[in-house]
Amino acid sequence: MKPTLKRSNAPIFWALFGAGGMLSALIGPMLVFITGLAVPLGLLLPADTMSYAHVLAFARNWAGKAFILAVIALFLWHAAHRIFHSLHDVGVHAGTGAKLVCYGLALVGTVIAAWALLAVGF
Amino acid sequence: MAEGQKTIEIEVLRYHPENDTEPHAQVFEIPFTDDMSVLQGVQYIKDHLDGSLSFRWSCRMAICGSCGMMINGVPSLSCQTFLRDYYPARVRVEALAHFPIERDLVVNMEGFIEKLESIQPYIIPREARTLSEGEYLQTPEQLGAYEQFSSCINCLLCYAACPQFGLNSRFVGPAALALLHRYNADSRDGGKAERMELVNSEDGVFNCTAVGYCSEVCPKHVDPANAVNQNKTNSAIDYFLRFLAPKGGAR
Repeated sequence: MKPTLKRSNAPIFWALFGAGGMLSALIGPMLVFITGLAVPLGLLLPADTMSYAHVLAFARNWAGKAFILAVIALFLWHAAHRIFHSLHDVGVHAGTGAKLVCYGLALVGTVIAAWALLAVGF
Repeated sequence: MAEGQKTIEIEVLRYHPENDTEPHAQVFEIPFTDDMSVLQGVQYIKDHLDGSLSFRWSCRMAICGSCGMMINGVPSLSCQTFLRDYYPARVRVEALAHFPIERDLVVNMEGFIEKLESIQPYIIPREARTLSEGEYLQTPEQLGAYEQFSSCINCLLCYAACPQFGLNSRFVGPAALALLHRYNADSRDGGKAERMELVNSEDGVFNCTAVGYCSEVCPKHVDPANAVNQNKTNSAIDYFLRFLAPKGGAR
């Protein structure tokens, strides 16, 4: 009588979207300020805040790696989800195709970030 | 019409399937007084100008939920929308968006009725009680958890407002999901696991993109968007924790 219902796998993408949204709302503006304004213009922070040596040391620390991976990967998954749903809203109902492109790019970005973080060593 | 009588134009979307290949607009000029609702306006048309105009209405006081229409493109109950708020401009009245038109302003509700049945909108007792055991008691907090969501009058304004229902009519949609939540959140109810199958499904809550227009147009302040988004969280928890749950959770 009742049609069998297919469970949606959306929670995976929704959770990544939510985590990315939360993270970007909390630290996004400050990251833009530090990396895009304060450091290049020499405001508030020491001139060598983002020198190669400093950033390399940050990326070699396990907590630094976790932070960089979270920022890159979760921001990407957030963006992918938003773009996927916006495509649907403007009339592109490519379904699996759009899903693969949007979430696929986020996955590729995540893998590259993880690989690069491992490649810089510990 | 009496000399000096103020008038207002109402543009109605007409569709008679036996004659028309597609809906078309027709303009009527009716006498205007500042206490007239849009519903009274279309009633005037039916009583005095064109008896073939079809529309649903009943209570005239925003209780029955029958007279929903698009009024200047906004999903509204025509009984609580007043012509004076548009006068002297013309008012455009159309059948509710996103539903098949049956005739003039009457839409086909069948899809919604099926959804309403599918959510099992009744209490499935958590524990069977005999009459001699008395009533199921509830604290004010337990009542507060669902009371707001029980005010729905099935007027369908939220469906006409929902862009995602417009794109995918399989989406269970705001009113049915709000009512589903009303029963799931009731301390006396034990049917949550069954209803969650629908919440979790591809026709369920994740079709919603948190636009929130459903809650804006709701004449009973049900806030279906809130119910839907609470259930995104419930569904995600269920998705990730179902393997830890003693019975394996919902299928």
